[in-house]
Amino acid sequence: MKRLKKIAEAIAERVLMVSGFITSLVIVLIVLFLFREGAGLFGKPDVEEGYVLAVNRKNPVEKLSPRQIMEIFDGEITDWKQVGGAEEGIVVFRLNDITDYATEEELGPELDSIPQCLSRILSENSGMIAYVPKQYAADGFTGKRLAEGKITPRSFFGGREWYPTAQPSPQFGVVPLIMGTLWVSLGAILIALPFGLAVAIYMAELAGERIRRALKPAVELLAGIPSVVYGFFGLVVVVPLIQRGFGLPVGETGLAGSLILAVMALPTIITVAEDAIRNTPRAMKESSLALGATHWQTIRRVVLPYSVSGITAAAVLGIGRAIGETMAVLMVTGNAAVIPHTLLEPMRTIPATIAAELGEAPSGGAHYEALFLLGCILFVLTLAVSLSVEFISARRPKQTI
Amino acid sequence: METSSISAKDVNFYYGDFQALRNVSLEMERNTVTALIGPSGCGKSTFLRLLNRMNDLIPGARLEGKVTVDGEDIYGKNVQVVELRKKVGMVFQKPNPFPKSIFENVAYGLRVNGVRDRETIRSRVEESLRGAALWEEVKDKLKRSAFELSGGQQQRLCIARALAVQPSILLMDEPASALDPVSTSKVEDLIYELKKNYTIVIVTHNMQQAARVSDRTAFFYLGKLVEYDRTEKIFTHPSEEATQNYVTGRFG
Ligand SMILES: Nc1ncnc2c1ncn2[C@@H]1O[C@H](COP(=O)(O)OP(=O)(O)OP(=O)(O)O)[C@@H](O)[C@H]1O
Ligand SMILES: [Mg+2]
Repeated sequence: MKRLKKIAEAIAERVLMVSGFITSLVIVLIVLFLFREGAGLFGKPDVEEGYVLAVNRKNPVEKLSPRQIMEIFDGEITDWKQVGGAEEGIVVFRLNDITDYATEEELGPELDSIPQCLSRILSENSGMIAYVPKQYAADGFTGKRLAEGKITPRSFFGGREWYPTAQPSPQFGVVPLIMGTLWVSLGAILIALPFGLAVAIYMAELAGERIRRALKPAVELLAGIPSVVYGFFGLVVVVPLIQRGFGLPVGETGLAGSLILAVMALPTIITVAEDAIRNTPRAMKESSLALGATHWQTIRRVVLPYSVSGITAAAVLGIGRAIGETMAVLMVTGNAAVIPHTLLEPMRTIPATIAAELGEAPSGGAHYEALFLLGCILFVLTLAVSLSVEFISARRPKQTI
Repeated sequence: METSSISAKDVNFYYGDFQALRNVSLEMERNTVTALIGPSGCGKSTFLRLLNRMNDLIPGARLEGKVTVDGEDIYGKNVQVVELRKKVGMVFQKPNPFPKSIFENVAYGLRVNGVRDRETIRSRVEESLRGAALWEEVKDKLKRSAFELSGGQQQRLCIARALAVQPSILLMDEPASALDPVSTSKVEDLIYELKKNYTIVIVTHNMQQAARVSDRTAFFYLGKLVEYDRTEKIFTHPSEEATQNYVTGRFG
């Protein structure tokens, strides 16, 4: 009998150890996978793979930045002078424009004369820039191929444009996404913290036992609502309200995202902060009252300072919840990848970007890898958040005896 | 400084259905130290805490009878609990400084009572720390966290904190039970000093301590006040057999 018990204990111990080990391993593997999938982005050409940009032989321009390429093809830059060349209008050429410049006979029955035609068209149009597949600008090509740029960490982390499907040069600048994420999360926490703290103080210090018993499950219920439902609610209620309230052209703004996230972060904040406040030793509160302090003075001067680390942890956990939240934000923020200046503009967050774009990004392509890198950034952000929670809780004042 | 007298008359105290005090009547004179003794759970803390209405905080707690301080009913309709608590200071069993600096711990009672003048606060803090025999040890580190002090120092800090609001009565619930012998004797000396200016009520499980510091001793048993007399008499010729058994350690 005793032996059996011992064996059972040993087995239980092993099982626990193995499951702990497996869990840690899986987490590490996921992180490694994220980084591996994303790391391929750097060093990729900054135009679509397999394509080149070519100009007239005499054009002095050797190289264009991805940004310039995009603006040229969007028609925002119209003269070579703007990119350091001679004064001459830019003519944009894409492969399907070729029928405007060459007849069907010239192209040949199997379209096998395209390279020759290209060379001719480029030499005839001195201001032209052509965006064509590599194989058409190979042997015997008389135009000038522009030097190939590469996607660098600098252009990725410092880039201010996120147009991952732009042709010919997709823009992978994460600044607007990071800014969008931070704005929305910060807005959320600024709204949620005062409310959450107020509710936590009320529940821990002021509410009677009966009210508390009713309130607690209600708050927990809030945490159980799926985020699409929040998003839906935000879309049909909050967004129109914001649009009308602020007289905006669209109601899908960072503020809408912040509000929804604030509601979603409330349960975390309330629960953690209430626990912290409740943890204030009764003797500490009684000492304050015994010195003639009122209940309010006691809360403000003893309870809150004592639980400040717990309250900070609550705030940080709330931020963590907000940073990672995807669905609701995707639905209400308008998803414009521009660097926001106020909360009343549409903005786009990292998780929303990943969710919205991963489906259409071909596996292994630059876009796909860029999304994985976004995942890494998100991971680092949330890691920083949880590490700061650890750090803060470690600073909890120590009670002697 | 004005000191106060305390009187309890026919006090019954209930925690919900449970009666913790039965018909307790007790008179304490000015400038005396009264020790409350008795086995665990007999109601000493309950009695002590109703003198500054600390029990008000406990849901379902209820009091019958009359408690007066300087002849005034402290459970009367017009009594300001905050004012009462300024007059009746309390020191708890475990040292429990606030998570603030040493200085701010002592200044706390002044600040919550609206004292703003910095010079007043500073001098009162020093005075209180001297009163609690702690000044010499902490005068150079007033800005440091109170948690950095030893347990004994923390307890004297708590006494200083109570003194700063200039109460006339000091309630002490086993103030030395969490301390080492050296700290204990410091606190005892302190109580002896404080007696000149305060009316003191102290709960203790330590018979020697009760005998050393108190003028009068009240022996509680099962919520009843069994005997109340001069300390000397309680420890040498008590009238009740239960008291005799308890003080000689032949009890329970
Ligand atoms: N908050 C409370 N709610 C319910 N019952 C309580 C409460 N506080 C004390 N009691 C009960 O009242 C009785 C007296 O308690 P009290 O704390 O006054 O005892 P005590 O004499 O101080 O004991 P000790 O020497 O152990 O501190 C005990 O039976 C205790 O269980
Ligand atoms: Mg007690």
